Amino acid sequence: MNPLISSFLAINPPYWVDTLAKIGIGLVAVLLPTGALVYLFLFKMMSFMQSRLGPMETGPYGQLQLLAEFGKFLQKEDIFPSKADRFVFAAAPFVVLVSTFMLVLVLPGGPDTHFVDLNTGIYFAMAVSSVSVIGILMAGWGSNSKYSLLGGIRAAGQLIAYELPLVLSVVGVVIMAGTLNMKGIVAAQADFGVWFIIPQIIGFFIFMVAVQAELTQPPFDMPVAESELVTGYLTEYSGMRFLLFFIGEFATAAVFSAIGATLFLGGWTVPFVDANAEIMDYIGPLVLAAKMVFIAFLIFWFRITYPRFREDQLQRLAWKFLIPLSLFNIVVTAIFKVVF
Amino acid sequence: MTTDINAEFDITNNEQLRYIAAQAADARVNVELETEGMTLNIGPQHPATHGTLRIVARLDGEQVISAEPIMGYMHRGYEKLTEVRTYPQVTTLINRIDWVGSFANEVPFILAAEELMEVEAPPRAQYIRTALFEMGRIANIMLFLGDMAVQLGGVTAIFYAFRDREFVLNQIESATGGRFHPNFNRIGGVKDDLPAGWIKETKSSMQKVRDFCDEMEDLVVGNEIFQARCRGVGIIPADVAMAYGLSGANLRGSGVDWDLRRDADSPLAWKDLDWKVWTHPDGDSFSRYWVRLQETREATYMVEQLLDGLPAGPVMAKVPRIIKVPAGESYVQTENPLGAMGYYVVSKGELTPFRVKIRTASFSNMSISPWLLEGVLVPDIATILASLYFILGDIDR
Repeated sequence: MNPLISSFLAINPPYWVDTLAKIGIGLVAVLLPTGALVYLFLFKMMSFMQSRLGPMETGPYGQLQLLAEFGKFLQKEDIFPSKADRFVFAAAPFVVLVSTFMLVLVLPGGPDTHFVDLNTGIYFAMAVSSVSVIGILMAGWGSNSKYSLLGGIRAAGQLIAYELPLVLSVVGVVIMAGTLNMKGIVAAQADFGVWFIIPQIIGFFIFMVAVQAELTQPPFDMPVAESELVTGYLTEYSGMRFLLFFIGEFATAAVFSAIGATLFLGGWTVPFVDANAEIMDYIGPLVLAAKMVFIAFLIFWFRITYPRFREDQLQRLAWKFLIPLSLFNIVVTAIFKVVF
Repeated sequence: MTTDINAEFDITNNEQLRYIAAQAADARVNVELETEGMTLNIGPQHPATHGTLRIVARLDGEQVISAEPIMGYMHRGYEKLTEVRTYPQVTTLINRIDWVGSFANEVPFILAAEELMEVEAPPRAQYIRTALFEMGRIANIMLFLGDMAVQLGGVTAIFYAFRDREFVLNQIESATGGRFHPNFNRIGGVKDDLPAGWIKETKSSMQKVRDFCDEMEDLVVGNEIFQARCRGVGIIPADVAMAYGLSGANLRGSGVDWDLRRDADSPLAWKDLDWKVWTHPDGDSFSRYWVRLQETREATYMVEQLLDGLPAGPVMAKVPRIIKVPAGESYVQTENPLGAMGYYVVSKGELTPFRVKIRTASFSNMSISPWLLEGVLVPDIATILASLYFILGDIDR
């Protein structure tokens, strides 16, 4: 059974065709939202908020700027620092990207539109999202630069600290839905009547803060703090390898936004439309993308406005505020679940 | 934990002794966990040093054990160069010392030369000088107000600063012909009278600067993260500030009520104005930002008062065509955007100065950094350096 293909083409292709198609669609599903986020928010919205225009010359309203940037990065020299650990240095961006691509696997785009339908979907997503820490640590260590090392260590401390509130904020949703399956969570929201953002508003808040920290975006961007550590673990990277990190960062932003949309904003569903209607297989991904853009807008809005925390303040926020708050949220959710 | 005892430890410093004792206590606990410090070379090319300042910091984890600023990467030998230039030519050169608010650089030198020649510029020239001086201050400090936020990671403020700074720079340009390097002062007055319509435009641009200050209060000062990063970071007590010879907003941020515009006897028009010297008792990075913000706003009111009370008359006193300054020496200090700036001019009665010693504010302000950076965390280096606000050209002239 190949729901993804069969739902679009109404055929049952052999396994290798199915796999190739999934890889292709997976690339599109990661790279297209990434490009959209970079252009929409990083190039345009950030410029408008900072009273400038952003790219205007390449294509109408600078729409081809992404291609220009891509070409620029491809042309740049691929530099290995002398005395760098070459294998670790080269492998690090791929480790980061792998975690992003694995995250996308469990995202459902419709009742039958998905890559894999894991029963432990959200659990899997939370698990593979931590893999990127290893890549960042590898980059920090392999670069043989003090700035990179400091950035890598900071990133490790930060990502581990914020993994916990991220998982705990999801637990509230899981309790309400009664399932770890992403499609099950979406279906539960359709059954519940309102999206989980209303009953789980605390969970949504914690989720957004934790995601912001996971993405190492301001106000949690100490690992790449450019005024202190030049660019942290990215300092020694150039050309294609830097581009991979860059794609990784924004692709992760897109995927986490999509996960947030699935958990809190009802995923592919639209109010007053049957969640399991066949039409949802086709417009579901678009609905999900629209919700993803909304959550990504929030993420980038904070990114552009706020200055960054200090290391100790960040840890204090995670351990002394977010984690107790999320535990409180879980308790309250559980009580309501049992009582009603 | 162990630390490198060979690093410059001054045994007379109690705090360092206490640090060594704490380290020894740690070492007893962590005998198995042998760690060593790391020397981090910040600069000369680093985003936090906006220019070519170099700071050699010894780190223990993220904590700075000792930090030493190394200056001189941009030394241009201005003091020596002035000796081969005639007095009117010198102003072109010294414009480039503090390149962001450069009109203010010319004024103390011109005043020193005027003192030696015993000429005094007419009142209208003094008013124009003072107004442009304060506009240079505004242009200079607006950059700081945006830049400090950038050093803390909030990128947006600097774009607002550059956008609104343009209004002031345009006015400076239309009066003097130079945006950054006006070269407008002459011995005995200023080069030209103000262009027609300039006063009205300047007043409206001052209103825009005040709007910018309000915006910064919302966007930066009112931000909880900004306050968390700045309050209690880099505290300079008043006595230490005076001992290190700090000046300008760094000194007033420590609660010392000292402003050369009010306290020194200057021929410029500050004495005719109704204004207030802002101080803040805390002495931390936040208070330095706050003082500068208030000073910018105060300066806009000063410019408006100056333009309202602009006396009529010539803008140039009668001076000989070829300027020869009589033998003698004089020292004039003014309150520049970065702090007290002074020129010690020695003349032997020739076309060129015999010797010029330039006292710049940033040089003294930076000299406190080893004291201030000791024991802070790496992120605070950026905060403290930004809040001290130096211009590299003002350190290495």
